Amino acid sequence: MLGTGLLKGLGVTAKNLVGSFYDPKRFVTTQYPEERTKLPEAYRNFPFLVSESPEDPMGTLRCVACQICEKECPPQCIYIEKSRDKKPDANGKMQIYPAVFDIDTAVCMSCQICVEVCPFDAIKMDQVFEIAATDRFTGLLLDRQALAKPNSYFHQIHPTEAEEVDGRLAAARRAAEEKARAAAAAKAAAKAAPPAQPPAEAPKPAP
Amino acid sequence: MSQAPTSFLENAPVLVRDWATGFLPAPARWFANSLIDIVSILAVFGLLFAFLTLAERKILGRVQNRPGPNRVGWAGWMQPFADGIKMLTKEDVVPIAADRVLHFLAPVVILAFSILTFAVIPFGRNLVPLDLDAAVVYFFAASSSTELAVFMAGWSSHNKYSLFAAMRALAQLVSYELPLLLSFVPVVLATGKLSTTGIVAAQAGWKWGFVPHWLVFTPWGAAGFAIFMVSALAESNRSPFDLPEAESELIAGHLTEYSGFKYAIFFMAEYFGMCALSGMAVTLFLGGWQAPLPALEFIPSYAWFAIKLMALLFGFMWIRATLPRLRIDQLTRLAWKFLVPLALVNLGTTAFWFLSTDWSGPFQAIRWAVAVGLVILPAILLGRSLGSGLGPRTYRYA
Amino acid sequence: MSATDLPPLAPSPGPRIRAVHDEFHGDLLEVSMGPHHPSTHGVFRMNVTLDGETVMKLKPVFGYLHRNHEKIGENTSYLSSMPYTDRLDYLCSMTNNWAYALAVERLSGQAVPERAEYLRVILAELTRLLNHTCLAGFLLQDGGASGTPLMYAFREREKILDLFESLSGSRMMCNFQRFGGCRTDAPAGWLDSVRRLVDGYGKFLDEYEELLTGNEILMARTQRIGRLPAALAVSAGITGPMLRAAGVPYDLRKVEGYGFYPRFEFRVPIGADGDTYDRYMVRVLEMRESIKILQQALRGIPEGPVMDPKARLRGFRPKPGEVYSRIEGPKGEIGFYLISEGGPNPYRYRVRPPSLINLTLLEDLCLGHSIADAVVILGSIDIVLGEVDR
Repeated sequence: MLGTGLLKGLGVTAKNLVGSFYDPKRFVTTQYPEERTKLPEAYRNFPFLVSESPEDPMGTLRCVACQICEKECPPQCIYIEKSRDKKPDANGKMQIYPAVFDIDTAVCMSCQICVEVCPFDAIKMDQVFEIAATDRFTGLLLDRQALAKPNSYFHQIHPTEAEEVDGRLAAARRAAEEKARAAAAAKAAAKAAPPAQPPAEAPKPAP
Repeated sequence: MSQAPTSFLENAPVLVRDWATGFLPAPARWFANSLIDIVSILAVFGLLFAFLTLAERKILGRVQNRPGPNRVGWAGWMQPFADGIKMLTKEDVVPIAADRVLHFLAPVVILAFSILTFAVIPFGRNLVPLDLDAAVVYFFAASSSTELAVFMAGWSSHNKYSLFAAMRALAQLVSYELPLLLSFVPVVLATGKLSTTGIVAAQAGWKWGFVPHWLVFTPWGAAGFAIFMVSALAESNRSPFDLPEAESELIAGHLTEYSGFKYAIFFMAEYFGMCALSGMAVTLFLGGWQAPLPALEFIPSYAWFAIKLMALLFGFMWIRATLPRLRIDQLTRLAWKFLVPLALVNLGTTAFWFLSTDWSGPFQAIRWAVAVGLVILPAILLGRSLGSGLGPRTYRYA
Repeated sequence: MSATDLPPLAPSPGPRIRAVHDEFHGDLLEVSMGPHHPSTHGVFRMNVTLDGETVMKLKPVFGYLHRNHEKIGENTSYLSSMPYTDRLDYLCSMTNNWAYALAVERLSGQAVPERAEYLRVILAELTRLLNHTCLAGFLLQDGGASGTPLMYAFREREKILDLFESLSGSRMMCNFQRFGGCRTDAPAGWLDSVRRLVDGYGKFLDEYEELLTGNEILMARTQRIGRLPAALAVSAGITGPMLRAAGVPYDLRKVEGYGFYPRFEFRVPIGADGDTYDRYMVRVLEMRESIKILQQALRGIPEGPVMDPKARLRGFRPKPGEVYSRIEGPKGEIGFYLISEGGPNPYRYRVRPPSLINLTLLEDLCLGHSIADAVVILGSIDIVLGEVDR
């Protein structure tokens, strides 16, 4: 009969109207800003630079200004200037560091390619999204002071990824130390060994 | 007049009014009473309009799994006042080529006639502002006059698109006048009166102590009520018949050239029309201010009227939340090819009903069966012809 | 279906405006709908010429969202174009990514691990679910239901978007597929969330259909409106649910069998009339079939890597050659044509946008109907301006 479909539709809306008072599945609004939804771990917004220690963020940046992220960034929102001098990094090795590292968040499209191509795990994705500014040019241009955040913060927002990165870096450091020790031991052994053998039969181990 | 217990709450409005004007001499007292009636209707229905807009948004929100406005004031109840301030502070733009007098008069006309329709609705036992003998005729005359304002608005805008849209809106309004009027003729037939207080009085009492004599509990009354409500939806331009308003998305509607307070007045007139038609439906079919059960008569009559009115208005909003809108030719076809024939058949059903009042015993069952059949069968047949070629389909798979 | 079976093309639908002004018909009204318009699905403009209510001529004007996607593709590396493909059909970023990744993989001859293929199918079918849900909501919103079906559709879409967020980091601009697999593996518990969503989706569809499918007003607004004959659809290059609603059994998942689709058992719904109601119903039935595919994929997904170990992110230079590869996106056949000259950037990068090609028939579908129908027909073609304009 004409109208039965309409009545069924009215029934569905009535079910939703009544259900919105007691069933959370039928009342799905989050009253922002009083309530906030919990962001998943993988959520990404704009990048930030990782420093090893919070006390000296500029001195312990993992970034060595290789400029790979600048080249790979699709909208070209990263601007890097290398430094003239070198500073020891967290492993003690002398590295150059970025004197200027600017990201224009008005241009950045949060694609995460800079994070994927960075060989040093120096740039990662942040999760802060309440960064409205009143000046759309300088207010949204983040320099390295604003971008540098400590590794502890990285652990807070992306725990799984941070642990995996730390593990990898620690393993790389251990492997480097092992190699250095083995090379030093081989060198010491070659020095301590009798020099009577002709060099052709006992090749020196490479350092 | 009914002999219900006269509690204090029941008589409170009249007592207050008499106390306020009692000190005046007799001729002035009538004038002052009428003034008080007018002011109180304006105040009550003005506030009702404000909170109806809020209620509509909140009901629509809850149906759509969201809260509706809840930021302005506690849980949003000051939203209508914020909207009112917004409407009042907008610039009133009148096009240069427009006919200024008509452009100004159109909202005045529509509001005036909408408010005039409230004069004959009995809000409570002693609360009808104007007790006319031909109250129903007056009501429909006033409500049809509001359609004039629609055309005034479209014409005075001096805008080709507005004129077309106004003509389309007028076509819709005029088409639905006929089922609206035809659906209440059985009521007049049944009660023999055109006065609203008389019609309410004719629905007094209870059969077997608990079934009220309201006209909606008869087969022809239920059909008449359904036709009346569908026509009321169309007359007040509510979903699913709101193409004149929505057309303003596609082509300029008849209200394009109105801004600010004048637009708010058109909006208010639409809601007043909704309230007035619902009030009339309550009066004609739902027994007016009468309680459904004798035990519930302690609740004052105006409260019952308000409850029934709110229920009908809730129905309007529920329908708006659910149904998509009809195209203009579909809605005029619905009026002329479905509702008008049904209303005419309903007249015949009512006549049969009243000719068979004296049938006794098992014939009563036959009377009911025939009446129900006379209501349902034409609906099915006409519905089938209206919806021919349309219907759910089955699909094949590759 | 070969070209010789088709009847000759209809005479080209040129301007049909009467140049004569007579007292009976009067002037024809020319109305520009859009580009700012609630019902045009983005910045899209239609110049409609009306005789009273009836559409006499309709000229679509688009290009308001043109962003030089293809030219940018020529100047960026292959990897850097991937986030731009998200923004083509911005509702369905996962399928756009897959289409592009497939094209580059065919060009460079890379292999994709099994788990990645399953993951791609799961994400593509989730995207199809969310796109068709959106379409049902938007079609009814254009038809005048004040927001209710739209809100229900978006409520379900939010669940799928939450899944995408916990997998790829972003709800819509996922940038998830890479050449040789997917960017990361699914986090712990993600597949269980997908299973829960898929199992509950059938119930949502049942409630949605109860609200809509038998609704007489919806049927009156959409049946016998915008009829598309099968021959016209094929000759105009229509693809996707619009083609299947016109009665042509052509689904790239069956015809070409890319990815692991041949492993899954599913049916393809075909319409009979080609009108708006058929286009809507075919999409609803496709949603049910997608649920079936998802359940099979979730049962069968193996463990393993999600990325080809030989794949390189940087310095990726495919051999010189050209490729055109296509997938069955939710809106139709989305294809990528790439010409490589051995350098880091493609020489030519071209997107076949299904929305644009489906849109070319808008005038033919709308002629003779009223303007309220034109809005509903546009809604049923399912366009996204990001894809139409690129």
